[in-house]
Amino acid sequence: MEKTGTEERARREGLASGVEGFNGRARRALADPELHDSIALFTRKTLKGRAARLAELPDAPELRERAYHIKQETMANLDRYLGQMADAVEARGGNVFFAETGEDVVRYVGELAREKGAKVITKSKSMATEEIELNRRLEEEYGELGLEVVETDLGEWIAQLAGDAPSHIVAPIMHMNRHQIARVLSGVAGEPLPPDVKALAGFARRRLREKFLAADIGISGANFGVAQTGTVCLVTNEGNGRLVTSVPPVHVVVMGIEKLVPRFEDLEVFVQLLARNGTGQKLTVYTSFITGPRGADELDGPEEFHLILMDNGRSKLLGTEFEEALYCIRCGSCLNVCPVYRQTGGHAYGSTYSGPIGAVITPLLKGDREAKDLPHASSLCGACWETCPVGIPLHDLLLKLRNRQVDEGLAGKAQEIAFKGFEEAVERPALYRAGARLGRVAQRPLVRDGSVRRLPPPLSGWTDFRDLPPLAERSFRELWREGID
Amino acid sequence: MRVALFIPCYVDLVSPEVGVSVVRVLRSQGVEVFYPEGQTCCGQPAFNSGFFEEARGAARHFLDVFGGERFDYVVCPSGSCTTMVSHYYPFLFRELPEELERAEGIGGRVREFSDFLANVLGTEEFGARFEGRAVFHCGCHQRRELGVLEEPQRILRNVEGLELVGWENEELCCGFGGTFSVKMPEVSVAMADEKIRALEKSGADTLVSCDPSCLLHLKGRLDRTGHGTRVLHLAQVLDPRRGRVG
Ligand code: SF4
Repeated sequence: MEKTGTEERARREGLASGVEGFNGRARRALADPELHDSIALFTRKTLKGRAARLAELPDAPELRERAYHIKQETMANLDRYLGQMADAVEARGGNVFFAETGEDVVRYVGELAREKGAKVITKSKSMATEEIELNRRLEEEYGELGLEVVETDLGEWIAQLAGDAPSHIVAPIMHMNRHQIARVLSGVAGEPLPPDVKALAGFARRRLREKFLAADIGISGANFGVAQTGTVCLVTNEGNGRLVTSVPPVHVVVMGIEKLVPRFEDLEVFVQLLARNGTGQKLTVYTSFITGPRGADELDGPEEFHLILMDNGRSKLLGTEFEEALYCIRCGSCLNVCPVYRQTGGHAYGSTYSGPIGAVITPLLKGDREAKDLPHASSLCGACWETCPVGIPLHDLLLKLRNRQVDEGLAGKAQEIAFKGFEEAVERPALYRAGARLGRVAQRPLVRDGSVRRLPPPLSGWTDFRDLPPLAERSFRELWREGID
Repeated sequence: MRVALFIPCYVDLVSPEVGVSVVRVLRSQGVEVFYPEGQTCCGQPAFNSGFFEEARGAARHFLDVFGGERFDYVVCPSGSCTTMVSHYYPFLFRELPEELERAEGIGGRVREFSDFLANVLGTEEFGARFEGRAVFHCGCHQRRELGVLEEPQRILRNVEGLELVGWENEELCCGFGGTFSVKMPEVSVAMADEKIRALEKSGADTLVSCDPSCLLHLKGRLDRTGHGTRVLHLAQVLDPRRGRVG
C-alpha cells in the first residue's frame, strides 16, 4: 500500500512509460485468484440484474436505436448544442468554461480554489476527472494552497486511500473484496476494523461526514448535460453526490463535451438505459437535475456554479470513422461481458478507461503510440457491441484502430513482411499449395505423437500452452481430387 | 441447385476430414457439390490484424473464384469465415463501389453449413446416430453476426443417441480470436480454461461446434491438459459414413 509518488505514477501511466504492456499486466492479474473471484461475483450479479431489467422493457431494442440516433444527431450538431448549453447555464447565473485540454481544467479549478481560499474539495465520482488525473495534479501543481481533495464515492474513496486507480467505470474497486477493503480502512482508522460491510460503511460515513461539512468547493462529473435547458443530470446510488453538489458554496461540474443530449425528454431514454445496463437497476437511487446556482427563493444549493466543458481530444473524432466512440454513456456493461476484461480486470489496461470501450477510446484520446496494445486486447467476439445500450460497434472500432496502426507503420516490420507474404500466397493458388507442401516437410521434426508441441516465436505463443495439430498428410483438395465417397 | 464448397484454408490443410464430412452430408441430401480449386483463404488473419490492404487482396481473389452467377450458393463449414465474406467484405470495400457491389452480390449466397441445411434445404433431421453427451459451442461470429444459434442445436437434438446438454456461460468466447491466441496467449488460454471448466461441470464427453477454429483452440488446450473429451464439427456428427471411414 505504501507507494512512492513516482511508482504510483508509473503504474497509472504504464502505457506511456512503455515499460510494460497489456500482456505483462494481464499476467499479474491472471495470477491473482482473489481478483478472479471478485470479478466473477460482480459480473454475475450485474449481468443477471441487467437481463432481468431489460426483459421488463417491451421496447428495449427500440430504445437502443433511439439512443444511437440521438447521439448521432448530437454529434452532427455538437457546436450548436454546446452553445445552447452554455447560454442556458449562463442565463441561470452559472459560469461556463470551455477547456481544450486537461491542463485547462486543472488551471481553472486551481485558480478558482486560490481565489476562494479553499482548503478542502469534496468530489463525487467522475471518470472525466480521473482521465486528467485532476486530484493528483491539483495537489501537486497547486501545492502551495495545501488543498485536500477527497473522493466521497465509497469505492473511489477507498481507491484513493489505497493509492489505486479505479478498475471499472461503474464499480471502481470491483477488484477488491471486503477483506482487502478492511485492510485499507483499518490503516486510516489506526485500528483494526472487521471485514464487515456494515461496519466499514459506518466508519466511512463518519469520516466523510466531516469532509462534507468542511468542503469549500464540490466537484462532480455529469452523466448527461441537456443543451436545451442547461441542466446537468447526475445519477448515483450514494447520497454523496447530493452533498458534494449542494453543501459547499461553490459547485464545479467537469463534463466531457460528448455527454450532451439535445432535449430534456432525451433523458427518458438515457437515464433508463444507463441504470438498467450499468447496475441492473430500474433507476439508480438518486437522479439529480442541477440547473445553475441556488436561486433567490431556493433553500439549498451552491452560491456559485461552474460548468467546465472538457474537450481533451474528443472533438477531433467528430465526423471521422471513430465518432461512434463518443456515443458512450459509461454504463460499464461492455466491461462486464468482455471475456478479456473478465479474466484480467481493469488494471491490465493501464488506462483510466478499461474493457472494450477503454481499448477504443484510450488510443483515440491519447494516441496510438501511447496505447498500442489495447486494440489487440480483444478476441473481437462482439459481446461488447451486443450489450452496448447505445449500439456502438466496439469490435469494428477495434479493427479500424488495428488498421490505423498498420497505416501508421506501428505494426512492425515482421508483421508487414508476414502479411505481404500471406497476400501473395492466397492470391496465387499454386504458391499457396507449394507453401503447404513445404510446411508438411518442415513440420516433420516438430511433430510428436501426432501433435506439434513446440514452435519458434512468435508462434510459440500458441504452443507454450496448447497442442497444435500438424498439417494433414493430404489436404482437402487432394482428397477431393482422389474422390470422396 | 449448384452449390460451391468454400473450404477455409485451415480445414483444407489441417482438418480436411471436416470438409469430407460436409461433402457426404450435402450429397446425402441430393445436393450437387462443386469445389472450385482456385480457392485459398478468405483473408481473415490479415483482416483481424489490421492489414486491410492485404485482406482486400485475398477478398478479390475469393470474389474471382466464387463470384458471378455460377453458383446458387456457397457453403462453408465455418461461421467465422462465412462472416468474413458476408459481413466483412462489404466493410472492407465500403469505399470501393465496384468491389462493394461484387461483395454484396455474393454475401447473401455464402451460407454457413448448418444455416444452409436448416434454412436453405429446410432439413434438420439427417438420420444420424451418435452415442454421447454433448455440449454445443457456438462461434462468436456465428452467434452474433450471422445469428445462427438455434439451427445447429435443433439439428443435434435430432441425432439419435446424442444428448445435448447446456453449459455455464455458453455465450463466452473460447479465446481463439485468430492472431489474438498468439499475441495474447495467457489471456487466450485463461478464456479456454474457463470454457473447459464449464465443460467439465456439464458432464459432457463431446464438444460440437460449427467453427473449426474454435475447435482447434479448445482441442489444443484439452489435449495439452490431458482431457479425453471428443471434439467434433457438426458435419462429422452428421456424416452418414461416420465410424466406417477415418
Ligand atoms: S461503450 Fe457502450 S457498453 Fe461500453 S460503457 Fe459505453 S455505453 Fe456502456
